[in-house]
Amino acid sequence: MSYEKAQSKNVIWDWLTTVDHKKIGIMYLAGGAFFFALGGLEAILMRIQLMFPEFTFVQAQTFNELLTMHGTTMIFLAAMPLLFGFMNFIIPLQIGARDVAFPFLNALGFWLFLFGGILLNVSWFVGGAPDAGWTAYVPLSSESPGHGLDYYVLGLQIGGAGTLIGGINFLVTIINMRAPGMSMMRMPLFTWSSFVASMLILFAFPALTIGLLLLMLERLFGATYFAVDFGGNVIIWQHLFWIFGHPEVYILILPAFGIFSEVLATFAKKRLFGYSAMVFATLIIGFLGFMVWAHHMFTVGMGPVANAIFAVATMAIAVPTGIKIFNWLLTLWGGRIQFTTANLFALGFLPSFVMGGVTGVMLATSAANYQFHDTYFVVAHFHYVIIGGVVFGLFSGTFYWWPKMFGYRLNETLGKWFFWLFLIGFHLTFFVQHFLGLMGMPRRVASYLPGQGLDSMNFISTMGAFLMTVAFILLLVCIFVSTKNRTNVADPWDGRTLEWTTPTPVPEYNFAQTPLVRELDAYWHEKYEGDGKMKAAEPLEDIHMPNGTILPVVMSLGLVVAAFGLIYLVHPLTIVGFAITFGAMFVRSIKEDHGYHIPVEAIKRDKEEG
Amino acid sequence: MSSHVDPSAPLQGKPSKSTERKLKNEMRTQLISFVFMIFITSMAFLSIASDAVPSGFAIPFILILASVQVILQLYFFMHMNAKGTGWVNVMIWSGLFVAALTVATLMLLIGVVKY
Repeated sequence: MSYEKAQSKNVIWDWLTTVDHKKIGIMYLAGGAFFFALGGLEAILMRIQLMFPEFTFVQAQTFNELLTMHGTTMIFLAAMPLLFGFMNFIIPLQIGARDVAFPFLNALGFWLFLFGGILLNVSWFVGGAPDAGWTAYVPLSSESPGHGLDYYVLGLQIGGAGTLIGGINFLVTIINMRAPGMSMMRMPLFTWSSFVASMLILFAFPALTIGLLLLMLERLFGATYFAVDFGGNVIIWQHLFWIFGHPEVYILILPAFGIFSEVLATFAKKRLFGYSAMVFATLIIGFLGFMVWAHHMFTVGMGPVANAIFAVATMAIAVPTGIKIFNWLLTLWGGRIQFTTANLFALGFLPSFVMGGVTGVMLATSAANYQFHDTYFVVAHFHYVIIGGVVFGLFSGTFYWWPKMFGYRLNETLGKWFFWLFLIGFHLTFFVQHFLGLMGMPRRVASYLPGQGLDSMNFISTMGAFLMTVAFILLLVCIFVSTKNRTNVADPWDGRTLEWTTPTPVPEYNFAQTPLVRELDAYWHEKYEGDGKMKAAEPLEDIHMPNGTILPVVMSLGLVVAAFGLIYLVHPLTIVGFAITFGAMFVRSIKEDHGYHIPVEAIKRDKEEG
Repeated sequence: MSSHVDPSAPLQGKPSKSTERKLKNEMRTQLISFVFMIFITSMAFLSIASDAVPSGFAIPFILILASVQVILQLYFFMHMNAKGTGWVNVMIWSGLFVAALTVATLMLLIGVVKY
């Protein structure tokens, strides 16, 4: 394809076939935001049902489906894709690269996630969503009637393949495509933490793949891995799930830690305190993340020695996390702190996340865990770390990077209203749930009896959930009314890292000339030690770009067709689906595709206009 | 400026002397390791096929041969000994470490003996 042909594409076709990391990042964000709203809706329906004792807003079966889909959607289809969106858009810019290492695979990863997520949600319309909890413990999940759990197994399998592809892509990109001068220890912390999170994806997702495969064979083809009467063992699923599931929570929180590290340093106008300690702590958290999975299973009956080992290992994670918290506090110490919305979320994160951490250490006490297990105390704990950590990180990143991504600044006044409403709503919802749990309210119940001291706190919790909903709507309003703030978007926050050196909107080749990195916080260094512009590491030349292609969509679609064939055991359909996917892979393999070049004149023209 | 080199085109011209020497050494290493791998594979096969070797010895013996085999394959056939493979080494070994630890733990936890 020539340069002119690449420029003149229909808009929809352009987005369907794009392999540009920035467009894929934006599509990840859009898809993730859609599923985030969906998961939020499910949460609100559950909170309305629990507003009054013995309320009959939804049936118990529907409630089970809601709680399963809320957890599954929020973890796999909202939090991870939203983080992937930022990682996709920002990492190549932060390391001075023109794209990720494998642009085609990047697109494939996105479409697999999207089609997997849609497949999972189709279950609502064809006889009921999965209803065995997001953990899908066997034998509840293997014996669950209907097709809900089949959709769970295959939807997550397809989405999980996309995540694995994305993770490997980020690893290769960060290892191989850093600009000259950017050693590992000069990488911005968001890139570092995404790198470690990608390592966790690489090592943790295979366990989920195997678990889902076994469950699929059990449900669809009558295998007996988990059937006790045939010599199977139900505990195997729990182990496989949590060997994946515990690293998964670090996959979510580490990139969020990275966002806070960027935001706090930028708005304190100080270099991040203890950079190397932060990197080291991130690596330690990633490593220890694989050593603690059984703390989700203290009450299974593993025995006192195993419980003690996993309890101690779990508590050890508090040490590197504490190092991070203190480093953030010391970054703020003596800084010229600006209370922008992005920074408010970062500042709100610190106490909220510490509260979640404290209850985490309480839960790690295996003897006490027998009391806490499966109560609302656990629900309160993980919402404190996931909302107080991951979601605050996502919102902080949204306000921080929005000007770079979309070319306009979000309204700060609305943003601050959004922050305060969300913060108050969040604490109102989940703080009381600690006490509900301690009073013995089990999680995942569709209702409770009156007069047991649970009524008023459940009511308060629901009010908080309403407040969070109002806040989220305010964010959407903010996104739409802010479109006029189109000034000062290239570097609005006096940024420190390479992404702020690019013009806004970012050209498809990112950097006309690959920048030369001379220091940690490369842009800051040039601003205060140099002439305020990055030095170029190469002459101005034609730029080689990859061609767009529709094949990722076709491959993902084929897998969805195959999944339908498997769910309803219509095997001709399965064969057709796999034929589509493998056919597309074959075409990809034999078709020569050398990309195209952007002529140097076009780059010069861009430079003069920008 | 307009003529761009196709990166996947076959190389032109003759290799230099030092490259030739390197390729020759490489070939020798490949052949030696290949013969050695066939040898240890046949040792593994023999230790099972013959009744003279008790199975109490054969099983750990084969496991040791297998790990030697894996390391040889990774380092000689898949070129993990080459320069610039630092990250590959890090990732492969940490992956193996995590996997081995997990399998060992599961054998203890799901096995007959409870700790």
